[in-house]
Amino acid sequence: MPKVTFIRPNGETTVVDGADGTSIMQTAVSAGITEVVAECGGTLACATCHVYVHDGPIDALPEASGDEEEMLDFTACPREPTSRLSCQLPLSPQTDGLVVRVPPEQY
Amino acid sequence: MSNRTVVVAGAGQAGSQAAASLRDEGFQGRIVLVGAERHAPYQRPPLSKGYLTGKVPPERLALRPPSFYDNIDVELRLGTPVTSIDVDARSVGLGSGDRLEYHDLVLALGARNRGLPIDGADLDGVLTLRSLADAEEVRRRLPAASSVVVIGGGFIGLEIAATAVGLGIATTVFEIAEQLMARVLSPGTASFLVEAHRRRGMRIDLGTSAATMTGTHGQVRAVWTLDGRSVPADLVLVGIGAVPNTEVAAEAGLLVDNGIVTDPHLRTSDPHVWAIGDCASFPCAYADGRQMRLESVQNAVAQARAVAAALAGRAEHFRAVPWFWSDQADLKIQIAGLPTGRDTVVMYGEAEQERFSAFCFAGDRLVGVESVNRPADHLAARRLLELGIPLRPVDLTRPGFDLRALASGRSAPVAPTS
Repeated sequence: MPKVTFIRPNGETTVVDGADGTSIMQTAVSAGITEVVAECGGTLACATCHVYVHDGPIDALPEASGDEEEMLDFTACPREPTSRLSCQLPLSPQTDGLVVRVPPEQY
Repeated sequence: MSNRTVVVAGAGQAGSQAAASLRDEGFQGRIVLVGAERHAPYQRPPLSKGYLTGKVPPERLALRPPSFYDNIDVELRLGTPVTSIDVDARSVGLGSGDRLEYHDLVLALGARNRGLPIDGADLDGVLTLRSLADAEEVRRRLPAASSVVVIGGGFIGLEIAATAVGLGIATTVFEIAEQLMARVLSPGTASFLVEAHRRRGMRIDLGTSAATMTGTHGQVRAVWTLDGRSVPADLVLVGIGAVPNTEVAAEAGLLVDNGIVTDPHLRTSDPHVWAIGDCASFPCAYADGRQMRLESVQNAVAQARAVAAALAGRAEHFRAVPWFWSDQADLKIQIAGLPTGRDTVVMYGEAEQERFSAFCFAGDRLVGVESVNRPADHLAARRLLELGIPLRPVDLTRPGFDLRALASGRSAPVAPTS
């Protein structure tokens, strides 16, 4: 099971065993990491599942689609080069060990 | 104050968010979340789309993990509705017979689907969809259906119809108005949707509805229209709108008028009772302050957060930008704002490519934006409405106009025309 580490806004670190094929957003929600809001439930409609991809096998993640790329202009916390919408990031054996930072605001 | 009790009546999107947000706000008293359904709080939007096809499995519907409520010390009382409110004693009665005392009561009672009072509506195979139990029934029957009729061309009806078409089932939608979602959508976007669905194989009949339904051995077989035609149907979905669950509030003497009436802080006519989500009628900043009821995830969540803030002593006038979304086949439809006073609509993007936004104005003031497969336009629109960044119809037609730059603050406000 691919592990994901979430660095939460208060600095706390939570390591979660994810499942292949589920997204980082779903992994966060089912682990009770409520700072990943995901208001639209993962349909690429709201940009409230913003994370910064911090460390680990970053190259194993798919590139952002055109829509995601444009939507990242409208996250509540500032966009950085590592910004992604976590509903668009599927877990796989190759992503094991990924570390993402969760911003303090999603609205 | 740690000895206060907040009872949240209704464990849907609004109620569960209210409980969670109260803890986020630092509320340390007792929180009891009471729900009529036996399920822990779950997401409703997938029920009319991904859940029906199996793309979204049941375990992924939960809004939060089962341990969440324990972890934040919220008492869940499921499978028992709030059946009475005594505002003088400040207590509620539950279906289980229990009574709960409160210092503050948050009503998040939701809405229920409007019934269709015609002959045959009680036949087997005539369904509606709001709860998980409803969706389980639709999901069970859909694969075996050979002909589906959806009565009502609203978001939920069209989502179900698009799902059925995607499964290769002959599907007809009846909409009694001459336009889809006439109270919400601009005429251009509505007719785009009709054509887009027809291209995908959906039959949409505007200006008519079901007059009666007939069947054999108690099972529905056909829907007869008001103009005398019959369409075969072994599964009928009725999606003709919802009515707010206000009876308990009205019986308690709270002011009710198409929803439980609140002030700009979402407080009802009783100072210790609040109302949020589908059941609340609030003065809406995006409808010139008129009392409105909005049925959406965004409204449920935003009102829950606002009430939690108010109960934590940080009351502000509720004025979140309303937004809605609907996924129908491969069409992502998003609306920001409300059509209040709309008199001009400017198309932006490529309707032939099924990627565009319709910008709706009241005079020179932007009031709403309808986007199809343009999620970044939608976010930009919400930003413009929230911050009051001026945009006029003429600006959109200027060469080189950059919506994202304007909304994300990367370009100066639109230069005034002389």
